[in-house]
Amino acid sequence: MNKQEVSGGEALMLSLQEEAVDLVFGYPGGASLHIYDALFQQQAVQHVLVRHEQGAVHAADGYARATGKPGVIFVTSGPGATNAITGLATAFMDSTPVVVISSQVKSHLIGTDSFQETDMIGVSRPVVKHSYLVKKPEEIPKVVKEAFHVATTGRPGPVVIDIPKDLTDASYNFKFSYPKEIDIRSYKPVDEGHSGQIKKAVKALLRSKRPIIYSGGGVIQGNASEELTKLVRLLNFPVTNTLMGLGAYPGTDPLFVGMLGMHGTYEANMAMHNSDLILAVGARFDDRITNSPDLFALDAKKIHIDVDPASLSKIIAVDIPIVGSAKTCLSQLIEELEKEKYEIDKDSLEPWWDQINNWKKEHGLDHNLVDKAPPKGKILPQQVVQSLYRETKGDAFITSDVGQHQMFAAQYYHFDKPRRWINSGGLGTMGFGLPAAIGVQLAHPGSVVACITGEGSIQMCIQELSTCLQYGLPLKIININNQSLGMVKQWQDMQYGGRLSESTYQGSLPDFIALTESFGHVGMKVEKYEDLQKSMEECFKMTDKLVFMDIYVDPDEHVYPMLEAGKSMQDMWLDKDKKTWE
Amino acid sequence: MKRVLAVLMENQAGALSRVVGLFSQRGYNIESLIVAPTEDPTLSRLTMTTIGDEKVIQQITKQLNKLIDVVKVIDLSASDYSESELMIIKLSNHKDTIKKIEELGGSIIYQDETILNAEFIGTSSAMDKVLSTWDDKNLLEVVRTGILGLSSNAKTLTI
Ligand SMILES: Cc1ncc(C[n+]2csc(CCOP(=O)(O)OP(=O)(O)O)c2C)c(N)n1
Ligand SMILES: [Mg+2]
Repeated sequence: MNKQEVSGGEALMLSLQEEAVDLVFGYPGGASLHIYDALFQQQAVQHVLVRHEQGAVHAADGYARATGKPGVIFVTSGPGATNAITGLATAFMDSTPVVVISSQVKSHLIGTDSFQETDMIGVSRPVVKHSYLVKKPEEIPKVVKEAFHVATTGRPGPVVIDIPKDLTDASYNFKFSYPKEIDIRSYKPVDEGHSGQIKKAVKALLRSKRPIIYSGGGVIQGNASEELTKLVRLLNFPVTNTLMGLGAYPGTDPLFVGMLGMHGTYEANMAMHNSDLILAVGARFDDRITNSPDLFALDAKKIHIDVDPASLSKIIAVDIPIVGSAKTCLSQLIEELEKEKYEIDKDSLEPWWDQINNWKKEHGLDHNLVDKAPPKGKILPQQVVQSLYRETKGDAFITSDVGQHQMFAAQYYHFDKPRRWINSGGLGTMGFGLPAAIGVQLAHPGSVVACITGEGSIQMCIQELSTCLQYGLPLKIININNQSLGMVKQWQDMQYGGRLSESTYQGSLPDFIALTESFGHVGMKVEKYEDLQKSMEECFKMTDKLVFMDIYVDPDEHVYPMLEAGKSMQDMWLDKDKKTWE
Repeated sequence: MKRVLAVLMENQAGALSRVVGLFSQRGYNIESLIVAPTEDPTLSRLTMTTIGDEKVIQQITKQLNKLIDVVKVIDLSASDYSESELMIIKLSNHKDTIKKIEELGGSIIYQDETILNAEFIGTSSAMDKVLSTWDDKNLLEVVRTGILGLSSNAKTLTI
């Protein structure tokens, strides 16, 4: 097969096969007709027709996050390409490997404001790791090889390949051969950490009395959960995960102190603030974590492992920076620690653990709220997540949208495995959850996939319910319906004197049950606490159907803890009237 | 503080826009920028002047290195370096103008009865000094390349 004469369109399909791509998400159009014709004439690569290009990128992104393999997208020129931008930005902020293959107008029309022409390379530039404008059909195999290499190695990220229509025309043929190796002289990600820095780090780890390990999405992307878990247990250190890092360390393990940051647990934020040593792995000291960099963990020595040198000392000055992949660097730390010359004195951490457990006892989250009838009679959003957790035995793939429901999901669903929690943390893209769930379900056909969403977010990509019918995807959509843009409302309640500017719908919400049914799926409405668990059971019994659970919850509930802006990590609101300062 | 960076990048369409885009995207400023292909035609060399403290310059350097098209970056101003820029000015042609240009080390590259174009090469401050010798009435137009820099030690910026 390697030496036959092919068109540019066929070369693209063969190149994708060489990259072991089995699924492409996309939407056709004028400029991509040749590509879609080449797609039609082969079987190895299957295509999923979405209903909006944003959905295609999120679905491919969900697929990538759930598998570690790159997600691939076809879009046409102009509006097809621009519709993909939100998806690219989402993938860029969370460093996920997706490859968008956008079609472009014919070469001779570029720059003439021709029909459906957009400068995709220009428009996407700030939200991609790299991009390619293909100039000749013969370049296609090499560009695809490079694009996949760049997207998946180092700090992963989205890559765009823009291909003018004439290059994929079946009337021009050439010999196909796929490069075996790729060498980009200006791109050589570092894998192994500097051995001197590793030794320094180990000494600092062993000297600390109040340590904490803070790990992020890099550990999941870098497939380093096993190494992280081993290191944490070896040292008996407390470990906290960022929103993107949940599942990297088992969420039900006693050494796990919960998520940290803006809506992190009291004990995780207190432990960070009061620590004398922070080992950060694959995390980037984002402003949703540090609150105020000037006040961030002032007593702590900081060790930071990251594959991206630009992440080191970007926001917080680091004492021991280590450039390298999470997996290799953590293995190096373990190997060094296991040498005989070191003694790990787990007992010396006892006072620190007592302190942390006290914090947890004082203000930790209540994971059994669902057992008690809610005080105001209305279901609490937290109860929905707890009920879902119990029903799925903590073993579902959970995607989410953006808002309060996302935070409740992160706080109350315990993820014991990596790649189970799939959400837009960096960009915070409402509309991500449903299409992402499509990608996850297609990647794991036999598994339970639930999307925790809100009535605001779900309406941003609701059209993908139609895609779900076409491909028979039995997703479970858990719509935590608080009849408001809850997270916006929460800030307005707390900081704008309760002036709810444009955060409610004035009775204009659609009938989600009728809507779901019109898309050919099952809808369930839940309004009473007494029905919650039973309905949840019923929903998950329908294993071959998409079920949309529209669950009405208390619209006045807020997410706590919540860091107070301009202060440190120990300054949190614990409920509507309780704060940790003053 | 003024810093001078030298960047070696792939001589490819789009590479320069990525470098320039990075600066606006991340809020770094560019005082001057000059770029041309090198003796190896697959590479371009860029000299840029920017303002920033140590932390900012470190971030700029790392972010530049992160661009796939960028092959190498050095902060020339971190050690000894030579800098120079080319300036061409347009002057009204009076009777003592030519003499003055020659005294200041410039050379005349165009001349007619009313106008003179003169070329000067030197450090930015030397160029500023040249400019200050003429008043607005006689100095009609100025164009400067911005700083071109080279380290003044044995190390070279090559791949
Ligand atoms: C595309 C987009 N637009 C706006 C926002 C700002 N935003 C963040 S959370 C939120 C409210 C989300 O409402 P809903 O989906 O109902 O979730 P809830 O907070 O009520 O649980 C909004 C508008 C966003 N994150 N994404
Ligand atoms: Mg809502």
